[in-house]
Amino acid sequence: MDLVTPDIGLIFWQTVVFLIVFAVLAVFVWKPVASALKTRETAIADSLKAAELAKEEMAQIKEDNEYLLQEARMERDKMLKEALSTANQIKEDARAETSVIADRMIADAKNAIEGEKKAALQEVKSLVASLSLDIAEKLLREKLSDDKSQKDLIEKFLKEVKVN
Amino acid sequence: MDRKKFYTRFKALKISLLAGFVFIISTGSLKAAADPASEGDHGSFNPGALIDHHIKDSHSWEITHGVTVPLPIIVYSEEKGLDIFMSSNFQNEHHEPVPYKGYVMDHDHITLEGGAHVLDFSITKNVLFLFINSIILILLFMAVAKSYKKDPLKAPKGLQSFFEPIIIFVRDDIVKPNIGPKYERYLPYMLTLFFFIWFGNMLGLLPGAANLTGNIAVTMVLAVFSWVITVSTGNRAYWSHIFDPLGSSMGWGGKFFLYLILWPIEIIGIFTKPFSLMIRLFANITAGHVIILSILSLTFIAESFAVGILSAVFATVMNMLELFVAILQAYVFTLLSSMYFGEAVQEVEHH
Repeated sequence: MDLVTPDIGLIFWQTVVFLIVFAVLAVFVWKPVASALKTRETAIADSLKAAELAKEEMAQIKEDNEYLLQEARMERDKMLKEALSTANQIKEDARAETSVIADRMIADAKNAIEGEKKAALQEVKSLVASLSLDIAEKLLREKLSDDKSQKDLIEKFLKEVKVN
Repeated sequence: MDRKKFYTRFKALKISLLAGFVFIISTGSLKAAADPASEGDHGSFNPGALIDHHIKDSHSWEITHGVTVPLPIIVYSEEKGLDIFMSSNFQNEHHEPVPYKGYVMDHDHITLEGGAHVLDFSITKNVLFLFINSIILILLFMAVAKSYKKDPLKAPKGLQSFFEPIIIFVRDDIVKPNIGPKYERYLPYMLTLFFFIWFGNMLGLLPGAANLTGNIAVTMVLAVFSWVITVSTGNRAYWSHIFDPLGSSMGWGGKFFLYLILWPIEIIGIFTKPFSLMIRLFANITAGHVIILSILSLTFIAESFAVGILSAVFATVMNMLELFVAILQAYVFTLLSSMYFGEAVQEVEHH
């Protein structure tokens, strides 16, 4: 058993045992460990990538939201403005229409009043006429109750005709 | 609060007890090693023999002085065939070496009684620690793998969280950059190699343990595995780089004479790489053990209490350094192996 001379026995055992250890460890340890490490590394890398993506997406969504909000605000302002102007328009229109109707109603009322007035005057006129006729008749009857007065009247008429 | 305090105190006590135990054991085994060496020299201490005994393989496992575990001897010879018996048979009750069944053992070297050579496949101390190392590796990593199989997406916990960064380090910093896109095929071998060497190095630092990864047979087998994988997976580009390094930059008429010089160099180069792997690991680990043992031996050479304290401090520091060297050498062996594999599978570069 010299220091620098390899012994055949130890060479034999070292070869056999090392090969066994290598085979056992390679199959039962290094293979599953290497694949597990790889799985974990890819999982971590994927997760990090996914997180990065999610962050980016989040920022994008936030930006989109901001934009949408801005747009919504503008839309709202626009709608409010429009509504206001529409309301004003309606008010204006209503006012105009009302005045037209009122005018027409006034005019109609005036016409009706005028008609009524005319009719009333007509009635008054005819009433006055019939009243005057009645009065005249009564007066005539009073005056012409004797012959002399009748003759006087006829003469008077005649005179008048002659003049004509 | 109180309980926490108690717990920390208890832990400190435990650690100091453990340290004391380790120290007693290591000095015990030091003396044990010193004894047979001193026998011949009538009491004088022989650090060379002590260190030799520690870093070399043995047919018995001497845990500490007087506590020796006999190990099975497996020998084969053409004359006697296969024989299996315990190493304790080579000693009688007075601890004197005796022949057994026609075999003799002299300084852990077994021969037939006539001096004829036998093939020795014994379960030596190093083989025992090779088994221990392998069992620890398999049990530990089976436990680690269990949590991966249960839920691969769960964050690592316990043992898994200790080994996962190391596994990822081997994959991402050693194997992937050196081998390139085809790294996955080599990953199981590289991880096994890394943890085998690392655990073996650390196991060797325990008192009473065998110098497994500091044994040239062990490092040779590992280097040969790396070499076989390099050569067997080498693609066209790899071989043409060795046998036709000049490529189309020169005609064959000119190239041939250059290649008469270059070919031997390139072919030697194929073998120097695993050779350097073998020597590097062996020398680094063995040197670490030699340094620690030398520092501790100073106590027995000087036979002084003060030197003992000082060398204990130095040896502790060296042990810490060796813990670092344990993982460093595992890293270096794995890194260089993956560089060689990378050379073998790299695609042709278009200049």
